[in-house]
Amino acid sequence: MIDVLLYATLAGLGVAAVTGPLGSFIVWRRMAYFGDTLAHSSILGVALALFLSISPTLSVIVICLILALVLVVLQQQKTLASDTLLGILSHTSLAIGLVAMALMPEVKVDLLSLLFGDLLTVNINDVITIYAISVVAILLLLKLWKPLLAMTIHEELAKVEGVPVNAVRTAFMLIIALEIAIAMKVVGVLLITALLVIPAATARRFSQTPEQMAVFASLIGCLAVILGLCASWFIDTPAGPSIVLCAGFLFLISLMKKN
Amino acid sequence: MNAPLVKLSNISKCFNGNTVLSGVDLHLEPGKILTLIGPNGAGKTTLVKIVLGLVEPDEGHVTLHPELRIGYMPQKLHIDPTLPVTLQRFLKLAEPDPRLCLAAAKEVGIEHLIDLPLQSLSGGEMQRALLARAILRKPNFLVLDEPVQGVDVVGQEALYRLIGQLRDRLHCGVLMVSHDLHLVMSATDEVICLNQHICCHGHPDQVSNNPAFLELFGSKTAPYTHNHDHHHDLHGEVIDGVSTNSHSKECRHD
Repeated sequence: MIDVLLYATLAGLGVAAVTGPLGSFIVWRRMAYFGDTLAHSSILGVALALFLSISPTLSVIVICLILALVLVVLQQQKTLASDTLLGILSHTSLAIGLVAMALMPEVKVDLLSLLFGDLLTVNINDVITIYAISVVAILLLLKLWKPLLAMTIHEELAKVEGVPVNAVRTAFMLIIALEIAIAMKVVGVLLITALLVIPAATARRFSQTPEQMAVFASLIGCLAVILGLCASWFIDTPAGPSIVLCAGFLFLISLMKKN
Repeated sequence: MNAPLVKLSNISKCFNGNTVLSGVDLHLEPGKILTLIGPNGAGKTTLVKIVLGLVEPDEGHVTLHPELRIGYMPQKLHIDPTLPVTLQRFLKLAEPDPRLCLAAAKEVGIEHLIDLPLQSLSGGEMQRALLARAILRKPNFLVLDEPVQGVDVVGQEALYRLIGQLRDRLHCGVLMVSHDLHLVMSATDEVICLNQHICCHGHPDQVSNNPAFLELFGSKTAPYTHNHDHHHDLHGEVIDGVSTNSHSKECRHD
């Protein structure tokens, strides 16, 4: 029984470590809805994995990445406002995924655990996958840190100064896709954005530099995972929502700090 | 560095069927200040972005000097308030050495703001911060998109004077955008009046009397002449008297 809790904690911490720096960029670049859209599309990824009998992790990464690139292209056309476009793609891809799963009666899918996470069922293989992907995501973020920061402040200025903005943007999308693929198991499709945005917003009030904010956000995310799992363990609440609730609670506490 | 820094020939650009630029030629020599003026929607920013390589022209050629180092000052920064970034950190994105960052901040007169959050800077301070970031790249070509926007009239004079000083020290070419010829008159060697095509170009005094310019801007806004105690030659160099930066009583600003 204790290894259930151990694996759950390890998995949660592995995911929360990435949410710090990644979530900070999502907040700075005002991409919360963008992240949400990609997260919703992961349901489509899961449906595809079931249909093709392949690894859902891989399928989710690929689908998220494709959708991210489609979004970037469509945003550049500027025929629709960005949030309208995101609203269309977000819910359409979620709906396709749900309908596709319903059309496959031979597979039994626990929809609730997809939508809200199922942290207490992770096994050692899940933990290994999560850490392998986390390490790749963090290494990529470290490598891209400076150009990404320059682009966040002013994309055209960064481009004139020699930042390969298209390559960096694509790599950033890949990191989001990687994180969604591993966070799905922990907090579920519908709550991934919360795990990205809330710790970063909480960390803002304690940070003087971008790096501080990223590290604090990771620590706050880890704290929320531990508190949420405790709640889940002792008062038998669902793990994913409990983690998000704890993150929200930490954010409320941070509001008490005077600026 | 005697070849032109930038040479545009016959540039045309459409966006969604609207012609923004057609048949624009432009060239800029080292050490010269060239100002693009024109009404809103005249294509000034598009032309600047073509020079910078941010926008591809539909037609025409852009020839850049092989040793061109561009210092770019964009029109505006929109930094999310959640991003904790000080002026120093902003400058360090262009130059990792903090001493050089401080020196650049000093040169534009904002060294006392170096540890403040970028979002707390006023309009004029922000323009200076952008200028500091541009000169940190040791440019031989400065591109300034509306460098004095959001700055009061007194501050505009000072900023144009600073740009002139930077040009002298770096001996760089300067391409800037303005929609007000009045203040830029004394700060530029050459003016191009743009309204999708080049209406007229030349020395600011010539342009301000050009019928095409007057038609575009109306005689109401015809520029006042600056009563300096010296004269300029065609290149804008002072040919007699000493510039003291003092103004006559006719000047409407102080």
